[in-house]
Amino acid sequence: MTGLISARDLDWHPAPLAPDYRSSILRSPAHALLHYDPTETEMTGPTFGHNMLGALDDNLILNYANPGEAAIGPRIIVHGKLIDEDRRPLPGKLIEVWQANAGGRYRHKKDGYTAPLDPNFGGCGRCISGEDGSYSFQTIQPGPYPWPNGGNDWRPAHIHFSVFGDGFAQRLITQMYFEGDPHIALCPIVQSIPSTQAINTLVARLDMSNTIPMDIRAYRFDIVLRGRNQTLFENKMEGL
Amino acid sequence: MANFKESASQTAGPYVHIGCVPTFAGLEGMYGGKDLGNTMITGNPAGKRITLCLRVIDAAGEPMTDAMIEAWQPGPEGSFGPTEGFNHWGRQPTDAETGEAIFKTLMPGAPTGQTPHILLWIAARGINMALITRVYFPENDNAADPVFAIAGERAATLVAEKTDNGYVHTIHLQGDHETVFFDV
Ligand SMILES: [Fe+2]
Repeated sequence: MTGLISARDLDWHPAPLAPDYRSSILRSPAHALLHYDPTETEMTGPTFGHNMLGALDDNLILNYANPGEAAIGPRIIVHGKLIDEDRRPLPGKLIEVWQANAGGRYRHKKDGYTAPLDPNFGGCGRCISGEDGSYSFQTIQPGPYPWPNGGNDWRPAHIHFSVFGDGFAQRLITQMYFEGDPHIALCPIVQSIPSTQAINTLVARLDMSNTIPMDIRAYRFDIVLRGRNQTLFENKMEGL
Repeated sequence: MANFKESASQTAGPYVHIGCVPTFAGLEGMYGGKDLGNTMITGNPAGKRITLCLRVIDAAGEPMTDAMIEAWQPGPEGSFGPTEGFNHWGRQPTDAETGEAIFKTLMPGAPTGQTPHILLWIAARGINMALITRVYFPENDNAADPVFAIAGERAATLVAEKTDNGYVHTIHLQGDHETVFFDV
């Protein structure tokens, strides 16, 4: 059970309707979201234990590969900390990821892109954050891919993230991008986020300090969920 | 540089199944061949078993066949658990043909100060930040619920229909019957 969960800044997130992202036109509510403060329903949420994880769940290079084989592509570690807006680590939280292969192709019946499937790459992984909120995956760097949006649209290379917090109000799905990718500035999905500052929260940085020489590069991506446990006193102070 | 504002939301996209329901997506054997959240009733818990069939309809009137819906709910006594033999959280993809997402669960009880309800969270291609709504049950005095009351004259969009085959609830993203979605 957590305390209060801080309000969500809706102007920081993409609006439901982002016309340049054409799928949002038919899939966005016309009415504004109605606000209420989280009740017990939204302050609680499911918990997940380490015992549900398989040994290779956090290793996308190997978790769909034939024995003795591995997924093709640039080998990377994606790691960081899961924290809240009050800088508290979120330990024991489920993080799920999915992505295209190194050629930009998803293992999904609706993906018909020319790039071939990699028989050794499934494209999903999961882990549970540690005591200090840290998490880590090993994977291959996904490729950019074209998508039908009415023009010549290519997604920047990205990894999808699904994250749980303490309370269901903290639940978040987002995408991680790679530092320096010129497609970030061109992508209607990324640019549905109003500010560059908010977009930058989704850009992973090359992390040479955790790169293993002659083996695998590291990218650092911290994930921030809504704040928790503000005391009544703090709330009163803010209101003064 | 550290940033202490919530990470911005992005759409789950059309391939959300790979990450969240990989067995449904055809990744045979992944995570032991069982999708997380698929089964809410795992034992023999007390309470009334119900089926809740959901559909999400887009602005063109078409059922969404690529969405993922999560449910989070109190148990029969109104508490959020844990409850032996029961997962208070469930997750279902909408069917690729019919658009139906079917949750086999327990009738929720009333948390303190609220009427029985199930919180729903909907992620899909075209949805930039997962949509939050609630589903209530027609046999209850829902007007007494503070969140239901906030929905005002649109609150009827939050009530499931009772049928011979269980409860059915249609979520409309737009139109005359647009479902109430919440910022909470
Ligand atoms: Fe994607």
